[in-house]
Amino acid sequence: MHTPETIVALIKIVLMLGGLMTAAAYLVLVERWIAAWVQDRQGPNRVGIPLTKIRLFGLGQPLADGLKFIFKEDYTPAQVDKGLYTLAPIIILTAALAIFAVIPFGSVLPMISVPGISQPIELIVAPRLDVGLVYVFALSSIAVYGVILGGWASNNKYSFLGGLRSSAQLIAYEIPLGLGILGVVLMSGTLRLDKIITDQATSGVWNVALQPLGLLVFGVASFAEAARLPFDLPEAEQELVGGYHTEYAGMRLLLFLIAEFLHMVTAAFLLVILYFGGWHLWGLTGSGDIVTWPVAILRIVVLTAKVLAMILFFMMVRWSWPRFRFDQLMSLAWTVMLPLGVVNLLLMAVLTEYRSHLGGGWWAFAIISWVVSIGACVVAGLMAPLSVDNRPKPHVHPWDAETSLGD
Amino acid sequence: MKPNDPTIRWIEDPPMGLSGRMYLPLFVQGLTTTVKHLFSRKVTLQFPDERPKIGNPIIYRGVHRLNKDSQGRVKCVACFLCATACPAHCIDIVGAESPWPDREKYCESFTIDELRCIYCGMCEEACPVDAIELTSFLDLTGRSREEMIFDKEKLLSVYDKTKDREPSQSVRLGVPVL
Repeated sequence: MHTPETIVALIKIVLMLGGLMTAAAYLVLVERWIAAWVQDRQGPNRVGIPLTKIRLFGLGQPLADGLKFIFKEDYTPAQVDKGLYTLAPIIILTAALAIFAVIPFGSVLPMISVPGISQPIELIVAPRLDVGLVYVFALSSIAVYGVILGGWASNNKYSFLGGLRSSAQLIAYEIPLGLGILGVVLMSGTLRLDKIITDQATSGVWNVALQPLGLLVFGVASFAEAARLPFDLPEAEQELVGGYHTEYAGMRLLLFLIAEFLHMVTAAFLLVILYFGGWHLWGLTGSGDIVTWPVAILRIVVLTAKVLAMILFFMMVRWSWPRFRFDQLMSLAWTVMLPLGVVNLLLMAVLTEYRSHLGGGWWAFAIISWVVSIGACVVAGLMAPLSVDNRPKPHVHPWDAETSLGD
Repeated sequence: MKPNDPTIRWIEDPPMGLSGRMYLPLFVQGLTTTVKHLFSRKVTLQFPDERPKIGNPIIYRGVHRLNKDSQGRVKCVACFLCATACPAHCIDIVGAESPWPDREKYCESFTIDELRCIYCGMCEEACPVDAIELTSFLDLTGRSREEMIFDKEKLLSVYDKTKDREPSQSVRLGVPVL
C-alpha cells in the first residue's frame, strides 16, 4: 500500500474542502460588499466578535449567516417528492466540489524528506489525471441534474420553470464552453490543467494574447454556466420568486447557495488557468518543475490572487449588465457564441499547424489571431443584433378590426 | 383614450449603432461606471452612531410636545380642536374646570397614541393657543404598545427636553407668552 501518498492525498482533500467551504462563505460577504459599494452603500460592516463592541468590518457575518441556516427549521413541504427533494442539493454540491479534484491550486512543493514519498508533491488532488478537462465537463453537466431535480421534486410551478430554464441554458452554453476549451487544448495538446499552465509558463505568453476570441466565448459561456448575472435566468428573483430552490429552506437551501458560489469559483479557476497563465507571473514565479519553498508559495499566492480578481470581476459584472431575456439568451448562444467558437477553433487549428512557417514566433501568431478575432466580432455584431422582436405581428390589429365592425 | 387615438405618438426604439450591436464597447462603458461607484463616497448614514441632519427642526414633524406657559402650567385649554382635527383619532383629552383664574378650562388628561398618529401636523395647525406642537425628535422606540401611548406628563417632559433647541411658535412670532 502507498500509505504516505494516501495520507498526502487526504491532507490535500481536507485543505481543498475546508478552503472551498470557507471561501464560499466569505465570498457571500464579498458579494454583499461589492453590491453595496457599487450602489454607494456601506454594506455589512457590523457583525464582529459576539458580546463585544469589536466589529472587524463585518467579518463575523458569514458565521452568523451559517448559524442562522443551521438553526432554521428544515422544513419539507407536503407535496414534494421526498426522495428527489433531498437528493437534489446533495447532487449539486457533490458535483460542484468534485470538480476541484483536477483543478490545481498551486504548482508543486519541493521535495520533502519523508520516507515513502519519492517525488515532489503536486498541489492538485488528483495529479497526472490525463482526462482533466473531460472530467470537469462531465461533472459540470451533472450539476444540471441537481437543478432539474430540485425544480421537479419541489412540485411548484416557479421551481419547475426555473429548473427548465436552467437546463435549457446550461445545455445551450455547454457547446460554446467546449469550443472555447478546445482552442486551448489544440494549442497545448493536453487535457491536463497543470500541463496547460506549465506550457504558458514555459513560453511566457498567456493564452489570452493568443486567442482573445476563445476567451470571449469561454468567458461568456462560463458566466452562463455559473448562472451569474446577466445569465441568472434559472433563479431570476423578480420573475420566478426564487427559481428552482423556491421550496427549499435551511441547510438544504444553504447547500444550493454554496454550490452556486462554487460554480463561480470553478469558472474563475478555469478562466485563470486556461487563459491567464495560472500561477505564472513574469519575473516572479519562474517556469520549471523544480522549485524552492518561496517560489512554491509565491505560485500559490499568484494563482489565488488571479482567481480572486476574476471573482471580483464576476461580481462587478453583476451590477453592470441587465439580465437577458430568454430568447436573447438562446440567440446569443446559438447564433453568436457558437459561430464565434467555431471560428476560434478553426483559427487555432490553422495557426497551430502553420506556426513554424510564420517565422515571427508568437508575435505573428498573436497579431493574426487578434485581427481575425476583432473582425469576427464585428461581423457577428452586424449579422446578429441582439434585439430580436419576437412579438406577434397580425396583419389587422385587433382594435382596427373592432372599429371596422362598428362601422 | 383608445389605443387607436390619433393623438397618441408611438415611439420606436432608435436603431442600435455598431457599438450597441457589438455589445462589448457599451459593456466596457457600463463597467467603468460600476467601478467609479465602487470607490465613490458612500451615502449610508450609520444611524445609531451618526444622527441625520434635519434641515429645519422648527418645521419638522416628529414626536409631539405639550407646551408650558411662563409659569410652568400646561398651555392647553381643552378646546378639543386638535382632537377634532386629528384624522387618525389618536388624541384623547379629558377637560376639567381650570384651577387658575386666567382661563376657564384646562386638560386634566391629554393622551396621544404615537403609534396611531400619522404625523400630519393638523393638531398643531388647529391649536388656538399653540399648546401642542411637533418636535424634530424622530427615532421613537418602545417595548410595548402601552409604552407608546404618551400621557400628559410625558408630553410635557418632551417640551422640557426640546424647548431650548426649538422655541415654541408664540416665542418665535413675538406673541407674549400667556
